[in-house]
Amino acid sequence: MSICFSGNEAVAYAMKQINPDVMGAFPITPSTEIPEYFAQFVANGEVNTEFVTVESEHSSMSVCIAAEAAGARSVCATSSCGLALMYEMLYVAASDRLPITLACVNRALSGPININNDHSDSMGARDTGWIQIYAENNQEAYDNFIMSVPIGESVRLPVMACMDGFITSHAVENIELLETDSVHGFVGAYEPENYLLKKENPLAIGPYDISAYYMEHKVQQAEAMKSAKQRILEVGTAFEKLSGRSYGLFEEYRMEDAELAIVLIGSSAGTAKEAVENLREQGVKAGLVKIRVFRPFPSEELAKALANTKAVAVLDKSEGFSANGGPVFAETRSALYDLKERPYLINIVYGLGGRDFKTEDAEKVFARLARIAATGETGLVYTHMGQRTREAIV
Amino acid sequence: MMATNELVEIRWHGRGGQGAKTACLLLAEVAALEGKFVQGFPEYGPERMGAPITAYNRICEKRCTVHSNIYYPNYVVVVDESLLDSVNVTAGLKEGGAVIINTPSSPEEIRPKLSGWTGRVSTIDARRISEEILGKNFPNTPMLAAVVKVSGVLDVERFLADIEDSFRHKFASKPQVIEGNMATLKKSLEEVQEG
Repeated sequence: MSICFSGNEAVAYAMKQINPDVMGAFPITPSTEIPEYFAQFVANGEVNTEFVTVESEHSSMSVCIAAEAAGARSVCATSSCGLALMYEMLYVAASDRLPITLACVNRALSGPININNDHSDSMGARDTGWIQIYAENNQEAYDNFIMSVPIGESVRLPVMACMDGFITSHAVENIELLETDSVHGFVGAYEPENYLLKKENPLAIGPYDISAYYMEHKVQQAEAMKSAKQRILEVGTAFEKLSGRSYGLFEEYRMEDAELAIVLIGSSAGTAKEAVENLREQGVKAGLVKIRVFRPFPSEELAKALANTKAVAVLDKSEGFSANGGPVFAETRSALYDLKERPYLINIVYGLGGRDFKTEDAEKVFARLARIAATGETGLVYTHMGQRTREAIV
Repeated sequence: MMATNELVEIRWHGRGGQGAKTACLLLAEVAALEGKFVQGFPEYGPERMGAPITAYNRICEKRCTVHSNIYYPNYVVVVDESLLDSVNVTAGLKEGGAVIINTPSSPEEIRPKLSGWTGRVSTIDARRISEEILGKNFPNTPMLAAVVKVSGVLDVERFLADIEDSFRHKFASKPQVIEGNMATLKKSLEEVQEG
């Protein structure tokens, strides 16, 4: 079915089609419109979900943790400071191997107050042990959310399905929806092997773990994250059979013979594709890699995709304050280290707090890459896009 | 008239509470019903009644991957005339495009307020139409009809049929408002002045 939906409507609709057992929902800002739309489905009797409204995002994640521990499929949605307030519980969910599916609408974190899009929220949670999958548009937000359920449940890790705040979440675009029966079939019934209240094998979840065992559990968790990569690809293949839409760990756009490439995440990839097209018309061998799966990070695959390029710019939509570049840059640079011949690599932090990213901005990045490729001079490796001068700010 | 397979970009200027965003999203929905690829999105800032807001539409025959704001629109819709004093509404407006303004003035009367814009200007007294038919000032519906007519981006007859369908879904719980809204759309299509 073809329809016009915002990203929030699309994800709420995916949730409706999944018909989860439980939704932990903080019903106001900084949560999203997703619980609001979903609450209507609950009120109309269109889903059987236990919709638990709570007093904070810390509690909404706690509801999901308790529900999953009891063997119930649970979902959640949040954004920005809401994700930050969940932080403690994000670790609990991942470490207890509870495959919750969370819709994260990426928005800036406060200080100064800002409600607009960047990736600071989920990038801050990148080491919590959650699988992270990012969408370019509403269609991908919908598709990714549906795929997240079988991915997470098969490796027993929670999944954060991310989309850009406002740019995707509040913009209406055309979208192809699957039939609800197809979605049901695709996600299947949730039958966890073990759970808190299983009569035959009751178990404790989340007790104190002494030093003699704690590290083994962490290694198992790390192994699960490694194995997720293969599962994500398998689920992507199954989803393509269902929908005709194909998804990998990242999307390579005009990369077959690309000499200059941009690596980035989210809606800006669509804008940068237009720049790639414009440059290709001028004979510039430009290409783009859109990272879809950030956790687990597709290190070897990305190195292979970039191996034959001359110069690469990694665009980060979060700062990170490492004094050494943003998180996507750190991962990409690490991924390229084992290549015998590496492209020149720069990092540009952009789009913080909703600063608009235009086709011309991507074209300027490619122009800089062309100069780097021609001269071999990288210049400053880590910069920020389109900054006013200090004098202008004062 | 612009060839329909080309990308049409529209920028809406309004004030918080006037429904510019709603009209923008409605235009996207109706254009999608006609088989177009669309985007409709507001630019969010501090939200309060009366603050200037901007919203955008892209309408095309193929999916548009660009997700930036619109800086070089084909059409500009001004839902509140008082914005002409503080916002350069024709900034970046493409040659051959048009600005459509909610005002009781004629295009020639309003032109001096348009920072030297020499292209097409359309005016519509959306406030009066809304107040006469709906009894309240909801300028967004008449503005929507005016932009459809002036831009030619959609077939007018089909637009009316599709939007009526859309209203029937949206206002399923208060069908009494459908007739009034349809009347404001039709009145606006008749009255919009092009200069």
